[in-house]
Formats: sequence, C-alpha cells, structure tokens
Amino acid sequence: MWNDFLLILDATLRISVPFVFAAMGGIFAERSGVIDFGLEGKMLGGAFVAATVAYWTQSAWWGLLGAIGIGIIFSMIHGYASISKRGNQVVSCVAINIFAMGLTVVLANAWFGMGGKTPQLSKEARFMSIELPYAEEFRNIPIFGDIYYEIISGHSILVYIAFLMVPITAWVIFKSSFGLRLRATGENPLAVDTTGISVNKTRYQALLLNGILGGMSGAYLSTAHLAFFVKDMSAGKGYIALAAMIVGKWRPYPAMFACLLFSFLFAIKDKPEVFDLLKGIVPVKLLNSFLDMSPYILTVIFLAGFVGRAVAPKAIGQPFSKEK
Amino acid sequence: MNETQANTLVVTLVTIINLLLAFLVSGIVIWVLGEDPWFALKTMLYGAFGYDEGLGYTLYYTTNFIFTGLAFAVGFHCGLFNIGAEGQAYIGGLGVGLVCLWLESWPLWLVFPLAILASIVLGGLWGAIPGYLKAKRGSHEVVTTIMFNFIASVVMVNLLSHVLKPPQEMSPESREFSEGVWVPQMHEIFEWFGIEITQTPLNGTFFFALICLFLVWRFIWYTRWGYELRTVGTNETASVYAGISVSKNIIIAMVIGGGLAGFVGINEIMGSSHRLMLNFQAGIGFTGIAVSLIGRNHPLGILLAALLFGILYQGGAELSFEVQAIDRHMVVLIQGLVILFAGALENLFRPQIEQFVKRLAT
Amino acid sequence: MSALAIELTGINKNFGNVCANKDVSLKVESGTIHGIIGENGAGKSTLMSILYGFYQADSGTISVQDKSMQIQNAHDAIDAGIGMVHQHFMLVDTFTVLENVVLGTETGYSLKKSLEASALELQRLEKEYHLEVGIDSVINTLPVGLQQRVEILKALYRGADILILDEPTGVLTPQEADHLFRVLSELREQGKTVILITHKLREIMAITDNVSVMRQGEMVAHLKTAETNQEELAELMVGRKVLLQVDKAPAKPGKPVLTVEHLDFTDDSGVHRVKDVSFNVRSGEIVGIAGVSGNGQSELLAAITGIQPLQKGQLKINSETIRPDMRADAADMRRFGMAHVPEDRQRMGLVTSFSAQENSILGYHNDPAYNGLFEMDRDAILSTCQHGMEHYDVRPNNLNLRASLFSGGNQQKLVVARELERDPELLVIGQPTRGVDIGAIEFIHRQIIAMRDAGKAVLLVSVELDEILSLSDRILVMFAGQIMGEVQASSANERDIGLLMAGISKEAT
Repeated sequence: MWNDFLLILDATLRISVPFVFAAMGGIFAERSGVIDFGLEGKMLGGAFVAATVAYWTQSAWWGLLGAIGIGIIFSMIHGYASISKRGNQVVSCVAINIFAMGLTVVLANAWFGMGGKTPQLSKEARFMSIELPYAEEFRNIPIFGDIYYEIISGHSILVYIAFLMVPITAWVIFKSSFGLRLRATGENPLAVDTTGISVNKTRYQALLLNGILGGMSGAYLSTAHLAFFVKDMSAGKGYIALAAMIVGKWRPYPAMFACLLFSFLFAIKDKPEVFDLLKGIVPVKLLNSFLDMSPYILTVIFLAGFVGRAVAPKAIGQPFSKEK
Repeated sequence: MNETQANTLVVTLVTIINLLLAFLVSGIVIWVLGEDPWFALKTMLYGAFGYDEGLGYTLYYTTNFIFTGLAFAVGFHCGLFNIGAEGQAYIGGLGVGLVCLWLESWPLWLVFPLAILASIVLGGLWGAIPGYLKAKRGSHEVVTTIMFNFIASVVMVNLLSHVLKPPQEMSPESREFSEGVWVPQMHEIFEWFGIEITQTPLNGTFFFALICLFLVWRFIWYTRWGYELRTVGTNETASVYAGISVSKNIIIAMVIGGGLAGFVGINEIMGSSHRLMLNFQAGIGFTGIAVSLIGRNHPLGILLAALLFGILYQGGAELSFEVQAIDRHMVVLIQGLVILFAGALENLFRPQIEQFVKRLAT
Repeated sequence: MSALAIELTGINKNFGNVCANKDVSLKVESGTIHGIIGENGAGKSTLMSILYGFYQADSGTISVQDKSMQIQNAHDAIDAGIGMVHQHFMLVDTFTVLENVVLGTETGYSLKKSLEASALELQRLEKEYHLEVGIDSVINTLPVGLQQRVEILKALYRGADILILDEPTGVLTPQEADHLFRVLSELREQGKTVILITHKLREIMAITDNVSVMRQGEMVAHLKTAETNQEELAELMVGRKVLLQVDKAPAKPGKPVLTVEHLDFTDDSGVHRVKDVSFNVRSGEIVGIAGVSGNGQSELLAAITGIQPLQKGQLKINSETIRPDMRADAADMRRFGMAHVPEDRQRMGLVTSFSAQENSILGYHNDPAYNGLFEMDRDAILSTCQHGMEHYDVRPNNLNLRASLFSGGNQQKLVVARELERDPELLVIGQPTRGVDIGAIEFIHRQIIAMRDAGKAVLLVSVELDEILSLSDRILVMFAGQIMGEVQASSANERDIGLLMAGISKEAT
C-alpha cells in the first residue's frame, strides 16, 4: 500500500510537469493583462519541434531550444495580434491552437510519413531520468529514504527545472521591480502609462517568458515523458493548466498545487487498484468512462468556482488604447 | 455611395484580403514542403468542382459547416465563444442515432422531425451545461466547452464499444439503421425529377441547412428574442438596465448553438453513414469557428464560407491523394490561419482599406 | 511679468474628423495657480494630455521653463518636471500607496530596495504638504479624497514643479475641496506652478491667479482672475449669455408615487453600500439626492430601478408593493410605471453599436406595440424613433446611425426621449447632464421640470451640487450609504449641504 502510494505520487510528479510549466507561463501572460488560452497550441507546437529537432540533431537540448523557439514564435504572434493590433485575444488564442493542430500533423507527415507521429528517439536524444546523489544510500532510512528515492530522485532534469520555475516565478511576480510593473499593467494599464512605463513593452516581455515556458511544457511531453511526438498529444493539457492557474488565483504556489491535483487524477486513473476500489461504488461499465473523464470534469468543476471564486487581473483581455 | 454601402464594401474588402493572407501563408507552407502551391491550388479546385462527384462531396461538407458555423455565430452574437460545436455535434448526433435505432419502423416524415428534436435536446444539453456554468458561475466557455468536447468523446467511445455495438461485430459502431429512416440522397431526389447525377453522400439535409440559415437570420435580426440576444452580446450592463436576463440569454444561445451543431448528426448519421460511429464529427466543429468568423457571423457570409471550406475539405482530400507530402490536415492549418487573420488580426489592413474606400467615395 | 513655466503655441489636435484643439496657445507664469475653464468637451483635458505626453499634438510647440521640448510620453513630461492628477485616478487599486508611488521609478531588479529607499522620502512629503495617507494602506481601502492625495504625492515624489489637476473637486465634498485648495496655495508659496482644469466658475474665482477660457477646442480668452467675474467667464465659455438660474414655478406636490422603506444593500464584495434608507417622492415634485460620488447613490439607484435585486426593505410604486422575494427586475419596474435615465448612458443607457432606432426601444422591446407573432414590427419602431428624435431635437436626425456616432448631448437626448416619451408616472434620473454641452443641459433641465409640472414624480441623483440646488424641490443628502438629512430647496445653502455631504449632521454641529 505504502509502495503503491509512493508510485502514484511519483507518477503524479511526472505527469504534472507540462501543467506546471504551462501554468507558470500562463501566470506571466495573464498577470500582464493578456489572456492566454493558447497554452495548448504552444504545448503541442513545442512537443512537435522538440521531438523533430532532437531526432535530427540527436540532442535533447537542441530539441528543447527548438521548442522554446516555437513557443516564443506563437506567443509573439499572439502578442502582435492582441497587443499591437488590439485584436480579440480569445480568437487569437483559438487560432493559434487550431493552427498548431494542423501544422504539427502536416509537417510530421511531410517529413516522416508516419501518420502524424515522429520517429522514436534514442536515449541520447531525450531527457533521461537522473539519479540524485545518495539515493541508494538514503534508501535504508525509513520514510525519508523511500520518499527521496522513489519520488524526489530519478526524474529527468526537466522535472527539476519545472519545480524550480515555481519559486522563480513567484519571486519575479511579487518581489522584483519587473513584477511590480507586470502586475500593475494587468490591473490598470493607464496608470502604468502615466508613470512613463510602456504598457506594450511590458506585455511583450511577459509574453516572451510565456512562450519560453509554453514551449518547455511541450518539450517535456515528447522528449522526456514519451520519446516521440504523436498527433494531438497535448490532449487538452494546455486548457487544464489554464484551469489550474485560475484555480490558483494567478499565484504560482497555489497554481502548482492545482496542477499536482489534476496530475494525481491522471496518475490514479490507470491503476488497477483504483479500479478495484471504485468497483463497488460505480458500476463497472461506467467506471472506465468515469475515470477517463475525471480530469476534464474536475477542470469544469474547478472553473465553476465550486472551490472558491477567482478574481482575475482587472484589465485582462483589454487591449491598451489611449483613444476612448 | 452612402454610409451603409461604404461599410459593406470595407467589410467585404477586409474579409477578402484577410482570406488571401491566410491562403498566402498556407501557400508558403506548401512551398516549404517542396511542393508547388499553384499545382496544389489547381488540384484542389479540380477536386472540388471538376466533376460532379467532387461537387457532391463539396456540398456535403458544406452542409456540415453551415450547421457548425451557425452554432458558433449564434453564440457569438450573444458574446460567447462557443468552441464546443465538436462535442455538441457528437452528442446531438447520438440523439439522432438513437431515434433512428429506436423508431426505425416509423415513417421518415415522423422520424425526421423527431431526430431534429433529439438533436436539439441532446446537442442543446451539451451546450446548455457550459452555458449555465458561464451564466451562473462565470466559468469561461472556451475552457468548459473544450472540456465538454473531451467528455463527449469519452462518452461516445464507451457507448459505442460497450452498449451500442452489436455483440458479434468488431468495430465500435452501431448496427445500420433500416432504410426507411435514411434521409433521401441527392441523386434520389434528382431522380424524382428525372435528372440523373452521380451518387455522393450529399443528401436532403442540405436543404434543411439552407432553411436553418434563413431561420437563424430572421431570428437574430428580426425577432425580440434575437434583439435580446444581441443586446446581451454587446452590452451586458445595458441588458440588465433593459430588464433582459443575461443568464437566460446565454443559456438560450448555447442551447440553440448546441442544437444547430447537433444537426451535423442528421447529415452524417441519418444522411450518409446510416449508423452511429466514432468521430463522425471530427474537425467539423472547429471548422465552424473559421466559417463563422470569415462569414462575419452572418448567415449569408456563413453560407459562402461554408462553401469555401467545403471546397477546401474536398479539394484537400483530392490533393492529399495526389500529393503524398500534403496531408489532409492542411485544412486544419488553413482554418487556424483564417481564424487568425479574419478574427484576431481583423484590423491589420482595415485603416488602409477604410482610407481607400473613403477616397473612392469622394 | 515673471518667468513662464509653460508656453504652448499653435497646438492643433484632431481625433478622426473631430477637432479637439484648434490653434491653441497658452502661457502659464511660474509660481501661480492658473485656471483653465470650459464646458465639457471644450478641449481642456485633451490640451493637458498633450502637455503630459499622453497624446501627441498634430502641430504646435511646447516649451517648459523657457526650454522648447518634445513630449512624447509621460516619461518626458515627468523629466520636464510636470506632474498630473487625472480626473480618473491613475492608481493600481490592489497596490499599497508606497507601491503606487514607486511604480515606474524602481531601480535594480529587486523591489525591496526601491521600496525601502522610497518609504522615508514619501513620509517626509506627506508631512511637509499635509497630505497624510499612510504609506502602507491599500488603495481600494481608501476613500476617494485620500486617493487624490496619493496622486498628488506621486507627482511630488517625482519632483514635479508644475502640477496639473484635472477636475479635482468632482469627487470631493465642499470642505475637502477647501482643504485641497489650501494645499494648492501652499504649493504655490513654495514656488510650484499649478494648472487647475475645471468647469466650475466658483473654483476659478476662489483660488486662481490667472484664467484661460476654452470653447469648442479654441482658446477664447486669457484673463487675470482679479479683473473678471463669474458672469463674464460664463458668457465666454458658452459664447452667449447664460442664465445661471433655472426658472420654475413652486411645486404642487400630491400623493407619494415612490416610497422607499428601510432599503439596505450590500454589494458582491460584502461592502454595506446602502444603509436603511427611507424616503418618498410625491407627484409633482423633484426630489434631489446630493452627495459626493461613491456614497451609495449608484447602489440606491440600482436597487430602486431593478438593476440589482432588492435585498432588504421594500418599495412602493403607485399602488404596487415590491418586496425582495418578488425578484423584480428592470422590466417589472417599467411595468409599474417607472422610467429610468441611467447615470452612465454609454455603459447602461445605450447599446452604442446599435442604431438609433434599435436603441429607441431598449427596455420596451417586449411591448406588444412593437411585436407581431414572431417578428418585430419595424414600422412601429421606426415611427417611435422618428417621433422621439424630432420631439427632442436629436441631431443628426438619422434613425440608422449607430448610437456611438452621436455626440454626448445627443446620446443623452436619445435616452431621455425614450424614457420620457412613454409618459411615465415616475422618472428616476441619474447624472442627467454628465458630459453634456450647455445647450443640451438647458434642454434636459426644462424637460425634467416639465415632467414635474405635468404632475409626475421625479427622483434626481446628481453629484453636481449646482444641478441639485437648481432643480430640486426637496434635497436628500447621502453619505456613506445613509441619508444624512433632508433640506427644503427654498431654504438650502451650500454650506449646510456640504457639511451633510461630509457626514456631519445638523444635530452634531
């Protein structure tokens, strides 16, 4: 039982990485007042480019860099449409998501002809798990040893980077000068303008960070979690990350915990033990669908504010314009 | 040229230029893939119009896009961004399929309206839940409708593989409906008048789609219910001031949208495949967004845009058949670009075009 | 003549086809308080926004302290020693006073150092200029009067020598305004230059040294305040003689039409906005509700008109009693005979992207007169709109024009026409002349009085004390959600009402 529990938590961490990256990216964009429903597209684009570049160069790091590149390109397109051209931000996001859906498959088929999949990556071309120091030695210490060995150690480097991003995001948002401007821009852009700071520049900066993190979330999917890209592999994860961010009230730590909660559901739904446990409560015929749906249903429930209401940055979605 | 005419001209030019931009970028993608964009264009147009079978398919796809385009447009007029037509069509189609399975011995003239009703009830329900959550809890419909697409997909996979699949069959689909409840196909309808055309999936639902276009047009701009819907969509505060219930209208718009999306099931299930199957709605819902936006959310524009995407679908299928390197998903990519240019970057060249029209007018 | 702090020459600014500033020149002497007066839309705010770098002039030159310069953005203005207190405060609600002041002046990556360094300086400024607010208070917990102080502190912190204030007293009680004027005088004594934008003649006379008058985008006069008077300024502002008084016969009140009993309202964030308010409005009288903006008037209006569901207490309109459990909305109120001209026509009274004719039935669109079995009766709507626009002299007389393309005054007339044309028993009207030119003000005032003389009941809410005083028969003063007292218009004076507006009741004094 204890071991199962550890394994589930271990899986939870692995699954949560793209959510955490994307949610942190979302926080930067939305705190600055730019809606970001386009995390899904950046994740998908990042996953495809990472897998492709990693395959060509046989290096996971180049793949990561490529993913960051596409993330930035997408976020800059979004920025151009919604900041410079003051277009509808939601429309722009949906455009990017659908564009990414089409582009990745078209390119994957043109280049690899494997029905929307990219070739399997070798060990060198992906992020492998790394053993932290003393994992074996600590193993004998009760509880802590188990936790250290099973949960904390033995992940790919991206997992550690993802969780490092949380305190970094928190510091930037709340403790840095840039963060003060960022938050002010999301709350009252006119006020920011009258102090002589450029609202648009601040928003572009926020979107740059957003693109980097969005791309990283995708790279993890295809070069660390799995070893290839497959059509539609983000499967709504970008939207779920968005929901986690909203539930976390646009704060890094609460958003991270929301990500972990969603991931926990993903982690347990494939465990036969859980199936057995719920068998008595939910009819078997329905049980599979129920488990498959649970992350999506939970997302809806969270968004409906049944777990506390969220107050968005006040100027979110409003392009900055001096003319009335 | 008076103000209205000038406005229409601006809007038309803006739309055409945005569309051309989307095609230009798509052409570049094709060129990057090492193929000839001109050849691609010619192949697509030939595939869509060149022979009457192609035309039949084109109009068959057009029928679907009219429904999902309208589904998006009705929501849009109420200020909603309903990107859940995919799931609404899926579940609405389930309703159509169930009616056809249960009442297959009934005459078509009875089953058809009941199928419409079932599609409105189930598709509408699938829209109503996100609508309710938006109206009462403020959950953003973009995320909830997407989630409902995923939920619909899980529901259908399980229903088809565990409940509706005949035991001896392998693939997760229902049995075929009896022929009595099939919507007459276009070649049959033409036959009644003594005209012979090639058999394609195009069927009588096409005419129903045209009726829907007309009804939505009258509803939105000529009835008090449409007036309320548009008021809510443009100014919620003014709606409350006018005694118009915001939440009621949001839910109504989502139900109508869901119902319209569900009609895809009539075209696909009742009119063509004659059985419930997996993913019959795949991509049609999302295409509706592009159709509605490029059609400026107006039924006439939606008709033209649906035709355009019908051409792209059918022509694209032809193209991917001819040129292996170009996948059918090219259409999805184009959709993304159309939404980007016609929706989000609508103002890209608007000032210049307005200037141009102004100069033209004087 | 002493040195010039500001010199503007030949400033032109157009927004599309609208000319906001036409060949405007202005000289402001150093160490003076200079008033700029003009009607709404005369171009005062635009001019100052150009000076502050918010807009760029199409042509013309700016020089500050005798140095010619280009002001591209707020940053340049701040560098030139210009500070501005905007009409709508430019503060981040969720930040503290300190954070708001520091915003834009931070140094280094870490915020902590900037905040620590600024705290002392800010506290010094607070004391020196009698602008105490408490540097760690969060803005949205501060009353508007204090928020304005933060704005002034912000400018001073940035080393402003020239301070522009745009309609600063709109949100203040008369007593608070006096305090502000004392602060401004002090600033002048310290050698700072103050530019005061206002449309209130009284303020110009009370505090300025020089005054410039603007009308329809042009500068029409520069005068020494000591050498002019209110009548002359008013005439310059409007371009013709104006009657500062509204003529009206004594009221002949009848039976109560609207009775408000123990009305209580708490908003979504839990703030108790309206506290146990009771009053009535009788037929044939105008009851005015005075008060500084944000003291519960808007919420009271919303509760009475069905915009917000009634929470506690009850209303009586004619013979109809409305209790919270009835969940009456705005449509119900209309049915009971209430017409409502809302405070904010663009957000509430109109759908600005709809045509004039579609707007002419907003709120009355379910009326059987406009509806067939399925579709609406376009001819009926057309004739209603046509009639209203002619009767209320709405220009341009184009039924298909989008509401956003009408001027402020004509938009307001569209709303007034819609609400008054149906001959309601009760008119509830909020800020009837906000952002409206003088011609339309006079017209709308006459309509309101005509309503009263026809034996209707009128409830008027306005933050313009002058408007309340000239129209009302009885005046109720609101402060912090309560009715502080009632004054008969005939015996009202500004000082008494001012005290009530500040929450000081007669019994206490």
